[in-house]
Amino acid sequence: MSESNWKLWEVFLRSKNGLSHKHVGSLHAADADMAIKNARDVYTRRSEGISIWVVPSEEITASAPDEKDPLFTPSDDKVYRHPTFYDIPDDVEHM
Amino acid sequence: MGTNVSLEDKFQAYVDAENKVEPKDWMPEKYRRTLIRQISQHAHSEIIGMQPEANWITRAPSLRAKLILLAKVQDEAGHGLYLYSAAETLGEPREKMIADLQSGKAKYSSIFNYPTPSWADMGTIGWLVDGAAIQNQVMLTRTSYGPYARAMVKICKEESFHQRQGYEIVMKLAQGTPEQRSMAQESLNRWWWPSLMMFGPSDDNSPNSEQSMQWKIKRKSNDTLRQEFIDKTVPQAEYLGLTIPDADLKWNPERGHYDFGEIDWSEFYEVIKGNGPCNKERIAHHKKAHEDGAWVREAANAYAKKQSARKAKDTPAA
Repeated sequence: MSESNWKLWEVFLRSKNGLSHKHVGSLHAADADMAIKNARDVYTRRSEGISIWVVPSEEITASAPDEKDPLFTPSDDKVYRHPTFYDIPDDVEHM
Repeated sequence: MGTNVSLEDKFQAYVDAENKVEPKDWMPEKYRRTLIRQISQHAHSEIIGMQPEANWITRAPSLRAKLILLAKVQDEAGHGLYLYSAAETLGEPREKMIADLQSGKAKYSSIFNYPTPSWADMGTIGWLVDGAAIQNQVMLTRTSYGPYARAMVKICKEESFHQRQGYEIVMKLAQGTPEQRSMAQESLNRWWWPSLMMFGPSDDNSPNSEQSMQWKIKRKSNDTLRQEFIDKTVPQAEYLGLTIPDADLKWNPERGHYDFGEIDWSEFYEVIKGNGPCNKERIAHHKKAHEDGAWVREAANAYAKKQSARKAKDTPAA
């Protein structure tokens, strides 16, 4: 049975030019061509996309949820990275 | 003391704060199992649900009706696939879900074990069965598990077409000849009660509901959803001039809801146990389609292997 079990692909769609591809789900296919065709049938029945990316799920490296703190909290205390940190008088325009 | 919070408590607090759970987050094993059961059951329902409607594709009364029905049945396949993919994010292999469906270990909605002897049933299924499904699925767009919620958003957008096309079929019949009118009424008579049963047992007989509500997998109880569905559907039937087959159905101004008659739960449990009119036929057909497709899967695998071997040969080693 495992021989007949096609591998899993993640599907990304670009809904129109000017926007990025966005993850929409996954599907099974024997190879990349079939993954594209299946993605067309499963995820774009109502003109949801003009471009499809498929990536074997096993090829995606994800950050681990328990690394969330070491990865992302360092930016939390760097408020000076945001424009609202700076006091500029209202009289100064276009800034 | 504050450090003594269990993982379960932390999880509950996280869900209580209306945060979504994503595949790699820690979750209680029972939460995972509950979701696998519910999502795979939901997927199976979409897939088995293609059968009663596919029954009429070759006999649709017009080309327009046939195109619509084909598109609808194809949508159901798509919905099944979104849901299988959501269940797989919980670590459940697709082939195991299929095997569980075929062995009877996994259930699907009991409504699809009823036959579709008339064209009117294509209308009634869209109107009532998809209508009941929408009632449940709109709630599930806010379920706590991210991939399930996202699948539901996409499904709900598509289901609205299903319900409207169904109502249109029933409306045409209800406004047609006396024979067509009685076809519509007869179909409503057969589907009304099974549609109400789609929401599951009443709240005092629904043992898993409380935990599911606490984890925000579900957000409304079976009885609440059922009542909402009835309140929405009765005026739709009145508009068609059709009679809902329930002598006890009447508006209760005090409650602000329709009162309705007793549901025959023995029928519900019989169908779930496998004794509905079409249970055996549905699973036998699923197995046959799956087995008939085995050569296609093998051929695709052989082709993929050959292609990748050819590619490896053509690519010079680095």
